[in-house]
Amino acid sequence: MRLLVLFLSGALFGIGLAISGMTNPVIVTGFLDVAGAWNPALVFVMGGALGSYAFSMWAWRKLAGGRGWFGRPLPKGESDRVNWRLVTGAAMFGIGWGLSGFCPGPAIANLAILRPEAMVFVPMMALGMLVARAVFRSS
Amino acid sequence: MKPEFLLALVGGLCIGLASFAASAASGKIPGISGVFSKVFLAKPGDTQWRLLFLLGLVGGAGLVFALGPSGFTPVAPLWLMAFSGFIVGIGTRLGGGCTSGHGVCGMGLGSKDSMVATVIFMGTGVATVFVVRHLIGGLG
Repeated sequence: MRLLVLFLSGALFGIGLAISGMTNPVIVTGFLDVAGAWNPALVFVMGGALGSYAFSMWAWRKLAGGRGWFGRPLPKGESDRVNWRLVTGAAMFGIGWGLSGFCPGPAIANLAILRPEAMVFVPMMALGMLVARAVFRSS
Repeated sequence: MKPEFLLALVGGLCIGLASFAASAASGKIPGISGVFSKVFLAKPGDTQWRLLFLLGLVGGAGLVFALGPSGFTPVAPLWLMAFSGFIVGIGTRLGGGCTSGHGVCGMGLGSKDSMVATVIFMGTGVATVFVVRHLIGGLG
């Protein structure tokens, strides 16, 4: 049952990505292009996602305390220290995001139709993660 | 409101609620880069729910793609997609999250590091697009 819920959450996540337009790289780069023909669509995607996540986590915590479902705890926002890893990593991620218009979710979603851009992006992302773990010991 | 903005908002609500359900059912922050990396980097036994979540994600997106035309305009040649994937892989693990893990979940829970990370990756994303579109004039 728990695994079915997690599978269905993944499905809802994928549906959200696809209908929001985030799976189309040009919408993402259009949002990042503040000096050109700025496309605000991502403000609605991020605003809707952030708002509904923050509200539902807050409301569930009010109702059930720290308990999640199936005996799991509700995860807390544990802030790591802001250090060179976080700053460098986030900066690198943003450069890759701006070049490709892909962040991990939309890239994986585009595997559904074997989009060539996703077929090269996702394996290289996995390779980058292996390198990060080997070199920087960050999992 | 323009129809594409309404769809963007509805899609965003789906992403937020899906992240909530995955948080409650897994007990973890379900950021996509973390979930994906732990499919092949975590201890066996911790990988099952993550794999199912990602299969669901691919299936859900595939369902929408099958139901109607979905726009896709490439912005970079394949060699650059490969390079981008590589630095997104390193960057998300070094930085501890991506658009969903930091931008939606971490910020939604009020984590300071996620706010810093989101400001930084949005900033370098904007700077990169500025260089590509306005200084170089596009990517062949």
